[in-house]
Amino acid sequence: MSIAVRNVKKTFGSFHALDDLSLDIDSGELVALLGPSGCGKTTLLRIIAGLEQADSGQVLFEGEDATDIHVRKRQVGFVFQHYALFRHMTVFENVAFGLKVRPRAVRPSKAEIAERVHELLNLVQLDWLADRMPNQLSGGQRQRIALARALAVEPKVLLLDEPFGALDAKVRMELRRWLRRLHDELHVTSVFVTHDQEEAMEVSDRVVVMNRGRIEQLGAPAEIYDHPANPFVYEFIGQVNKLAGRISNGAVEFGGIRANLGIPDLADAESVITYVRPHEIDVRPGQEAAEGWLPATVETSSVAGPTLRLDTRLTATGEEVHVEIRRGHAEHDSLRQGDVVQLKPLNPRVFAPPSAA
Amino acid sequence: MAAAQKNLALREPVWVQWLLTTVALAFLVLFLVIPLITVFYEAFRQGLGVYWAAITEPDAQSAIRLTLLTVAIAVPINTLFGIAAAWAITKHRFRGKQFLTTLIDLPFAVSPIVAGLIYLLLYGAQGWWGGWLIENDLRVVFAVPGIVLVIMFGTLPFVARELIPHMQEQGTDFEEAAVSLGASGLQTFFKVTLPAIKWSLLYGIILCNARAMGEFGAVTVVSGNIRGETNTMPLHVEVLYNEYQLAAAFAVASLLAGLALVTIVLKTLIEWKTERDRRLDEISFQAHYEASLQAQKQDPRP
Repeated sequence: MSIAVRNVKKTFGSFHALDDLSLDIDSGELVALLGPSGCGKTTLLRIIAGLEQADSGQVLFEGEDATDIHVRKRQVGFVFQHYALFRHMTVFENVAFGLKVRPRAVRPSKAEIAERVHELLNLVQLDWLADRMPNQLSGGQRQRIALARALAVEPKVLLLDEPFGALDAKVRMELRRWLRRLHDELHVTSVFVTHDQEEAMEVSDRVVVMNRGRIEQLGAPAEIYDHPANPFVYEFIGQVNKLAGRISNGAVEFGGIRANLGIPDLADAESVITYVRPHEIDVRPGQEAAEGWLPATVETSSVAGPTLRLDTRLTATGEEVHVEIRRGHAEHDSLRQGDVVQLKPLNPRVFAPPSAA
Repeated sequence: MAAAQKNLALREPVWVQWLLTTVALAFLVLFLVIPLITVFYEAFRQGLGVYWAAITEPDAQSAIRLTLLTVAIAVPINTLFGIAAAWAITKHRFRGKQFLTTLIDLPFAVSPIVAGLIYLLLYGAQGWWGGWLIENDLRVVFAVPGIVLVIMFGTLPFVARELIPHMQEQGTDFEEAAVSLGASGLQTFFKVTLPAIKWSLLYGIILCNARAMGEFGAVTVVSGNIRGETNTMPLHVEVLYNEYQLAAAFAVASLLAGLALVTIVLKTLIEWKTERDRRLDEISFQAHYEASLQAQKQDPRP
């Protein structure tokens, strides 16, 4: 079941939660809505679910207008951050809820409901918990039950609002891999909201990066990480160094130092910011200058597992540059505070400063 | 270690602890325990026979019946109102919500006598609607409807005020989950909302009931004190007292005091139960956390 969002606007008072947003999600996709808090991602999810009404715009399911269809009839499975399991019902009753509240004419028989519930509990691997109450389960178990409950009504789309947000780091990591495998089995079109970039990158087919009620970029995780469309995405996804400079004759000048960064067609500009990922910088110890290399001084050097982290300061501008390289090269590992190094940005991008954008 | 030190730091000198405890206990005994004991002591002082006669005498019986009748009308209506108001305030967004919340508290702020006078002014013979009521032969003031009305006014906030904080804390996730699973509005209310609030609701009803039975000020203004007809239990106590029938007055009063005691016991039970539920929620979460890690490791998917 494909989902299309067309020109949706939503305001809360004077706050623009969604600003003329359009989005297409293909059938069977697993899409992450990623962004900082207040970017409108949850509002968008709730509008798709029908839990919130858009001020204007449409939501289409498989090409058909679903904008005015009530949540109850929309056949969406919704999973909440805090699980929202009914506390006074057992796990079994929770999962059976969606089937039991059906009108008599379309309600499955008791035996059919029981069979379906156990099928789902097996799917989430928690059949042995059927008779427990929700308060006897761990957070990870609760969320898997919540998922089984949402799947019980055979939803056309599955919507998850920060599904792992309330879990601790370890369970969260296990659960998101599990969700990915589950999705590969079921292929139900799924949208989940997260503010955790790692989660979005790891789990989803495509990531929708949102900010201030708009989509900043939409694409496969690798595409978004490797080719951020703008400074916002650059800064939101992963770590990045920002270096101020100007452009003349196709090269970037940092302070007094010109560096040809190998970016084609650079138009002259008085003020630009160059974005470089910490792990996309080459390091060469020594004073010896060369074309495309920037001299810097090492301030701290620390070890994080297989990675060597260098905090350096550019000689020309005094700006901080964080560098991450693999450990194991004696010439890098031996770098200490005060050592002079040469840095070469490997995959830099140049943008005008945000104020001018 | 740190917690123990903190405790030590917060601990008062022994004589301060003793002094505070003694003062608190003395107040409790002086203002609560002694009066309560007095009620029962005076009620039974002249023996069970006198006690029994006092509460089975026709006027007392009529007062008890009237009190039960007004409560039977006022409490269910206020319960329905309280649920509806709490539902509207906590589960929906609308203009004037804050105003409604304040308005619900109004009866707490108004003196019962003033409340009674307001109803007298509205429904009395000289009142705004008095003429119309007389023309249609409807008696409100100095009759049962008036008593029910002022009692409803005075006890209106109890259920709503108990429910609102509880329902606010719960948020709308449960209802949204139910609706997204296909439940209708009524199904959502009866299968999801009501079970979640049942203890707060019961607590609110108990308080509302206790207050409704004991209401004096407003009732005395609108009842007209017609013996055997418009006297509720508190009014009957006053009449007996004014006639120097102390034993009888205390006998009827002991019924009201007994009701208060039952209310307190129920209230404590309910608080204990909800507190235990909440604690269970937290404790079990911790206890099952380790187990869940194990379980998740045991069922890796191929």
